[in-house]
Amino acid sequence: MAVTVFIPSPLRSYTGKQASVMLEGETVEEVLGNLASRFAQLRPHLYAENGGLRSYVNIYLNDKDIRYLKQGKTPVGASDTLSIVPAIAGGAPGIEAVPDVALRNEEILRYSRHLIMPEVGMKGQMRLKASRVLIVGAGGLGSPLGLYLAAAGVGTIGIVDFDVVEVTNLQRQIVHTTADIGRSKLASAEESIRGVNPHVVVEPHEVRLTSENALRILERYDVIVDGTDNFATRYLVNDACVLLGKPNVYGSIFRFDGQVSVFDARSGPCYRCLYPAPPPPGLVPSCAEGGVLGVLPGIIGSLQALETIKLIIGQGDTLVGRLVLFDALRFSFRELTLRKDPACPICGESPTIHALIDYDEFCGIPASPAGQGGTAQRDITVEQLKAQRDRGENLFLLDVREPHEYDIVHLDAHLIPLGDLPARMSELDTTQDIVVYCRTGVRSAQAAEFLRKSGFARVRNLTGGIDAWAQRIDPSLPRY
Amino acid sequence: MIRIGEDALQQIRDHGVRTYPEECCGVMLGREVDGNRTIDAVYPVDNVQEVNRKRRFLVSPAQYLEAERTAAERGMDLLGFYHSHPDHPAAPSQYDTEHALPWFTYVIVSVREGKADDLTAWALRENRDRFEQASVVVSAPAAHATQPHATGIPAKPRKEL
Repeated sequence: MAVTVFIPSPLRSYTGKQASVMLEGETVEEVLGNLASRFAQLRPHLYAENGGLRSYVNIYLNDKDIRYLKQGKTPVGASDTLSIVPAIAGGAPGIEAVPDVALRNEEILRYSRHLIMPEVGMKGQMRLKASRVLIVGAGGLGSPLGLYLAAAGVGTIGIVDFDVVEVTNLQRQIVHTTADIGRSKLASAEESIRGVNPHVVVEPHEVRLTSENALRILERYDVIVDGTDNFATRYLVNDACVLLGKPNVYGSIFRFDGQVSVFDARSGPCYRCLYPAPPPPGLVPSCAEGGVLGVLPGIIGSLQALETIKLIIGQGDTLVGRLVLFDALRFSFRELTLRKDPACPICGESPTIHALIDYDEFCGIPASPAGQGGTAQRDITVEQLKAQRDRGENLFLLDVREPHEYDIVHLDAHLIPLGDLPARMSELDTTQDIVVYCRTGVRSAQAAEFLRKSGFARVRNLTGGIDAWAQRIDPSLPRY
Repeated sequence: MIRIGEDALQQIRDHGVRTYPEECCGVMLGREVDGNRTIDAVYPVDNVQEVNRKRRFLVSPAQYLEAERTAAERGMDLLGFYHSHPDHPAAPSQYDTEHALPWFTYVIVSVREGKADDLTAWALRENRDRFEQASVVVSAPAAHATQPHATGIPAKPRKEL
């Protein structure tokens, strides 16, 4: 469907002097994409380096700003006119004590509990509104972060995530609801945030953060908040923040324990000063493997939101140079002083890292899932296991999970928790065909490797674990 | 190089003095013939910036579209916008560069202690990295502002700034 696009005077030199052009497209972004394809020299003046429209480019559908419609997704029809309307702005140089934002009366009322505190006041609230915060991960930590930062009036919140909401997330990820299961986490988080505060601009980045895109995404934000659940991304976020000179509000959670700090290499240590190298893969289980108390990310994420707000309004003492450890079972907060490591490879006195590296490799993660050939005899799929059992083959099933997991669901297997395996190997027969399983296949892979090294030749790991069995073989079993 | 009528020039200066200590902004209309620009008419628009008006100006989208319409109706080109820098030099700021558009001419008038001072003209370089200054040539008021250079002979420059 062809739509009329109005070209403003300054851009007509790229459209052969035409003041309007007819272009195909079902939505605003399709039409604009076609415009930039047809007139390639126009592109840098319409789009910023990150692929979004430049901040001074307004798009009107007939007489309505698309920001108040469905933005780029706004549908267009044949009788519509799309106008590119540049915002004409400028001004004298000078350092700004107060950013270029105004608070409407509705906002003044909304933030009144902030405004009556002198530490925040109008100046602090305007700084919040002018600020741009990036949350990496819309999960356990990202949930309270997104909600509290939005409620507090942070003007622009970017979120990086590429997952969909699963039912197992809902025990802790309060930005998502039961109705969101199966939706993209970004769409779900954006909706919740808008519900809390419609004044907030949400910038979704539906990508996996990588060495290729991290600098480009992070550079547009004032504060980066790390809500990731793996070491590779955590080192990536740290290094990108150091290279860009931005503060990194760090948080991590596991079972009943949490950590919080603010890494800002310009004035203090970075994550590498604290942990120069990642642990060997598999040594520290993820929350999916080891579990996490649902309220814990609520506490740690809220502390991260607190530190983010303090950084923006410039009040109080931040956690730069301090690491706080929270033990929920004992209920204790401990504080450790962190020092900048002069030998730190990225923020030390003579750094050796000047660009982002391959973080999967750095963290010992294979570039691709284990090759099929080498592991064919070491792995068994749930379908193969089912077939062998149905044929009545003599297989010894070994469950290496914890007893409380065995209580949830099991496959009538012999139970030896992974940690007890070295001491209880005598319960196994070295000549028998053994299939080891756990929940998803990570711990059982370690167990199988350990057994092979200990002389058990015929050990196979059930890929995907009992979770794959429940999904693909016996849906009557509960998943957890 | 841009030519600008003496009347238009005076209107820009007067506008900057009127809004001092806040920034003023306005529309510049005229003609571009073979790369030579002549500004024949200017008119003020409201600075809709809500805060920091001593350091910032903003033209509303509605006023922008109105400027395009006015230019088209009068058979002129929308050549650019002017604004003032109260108590600051007539040179573009980083903020000006970030918000600038290609092709437009930007005229900046410095207003010091309420009096109009230097006036300069600028255009954004094609790669957007910075502005390039254009010389300003004051031309005599055109007899028929809506149809300049009807004879094909440009008005003679009187004074180079």
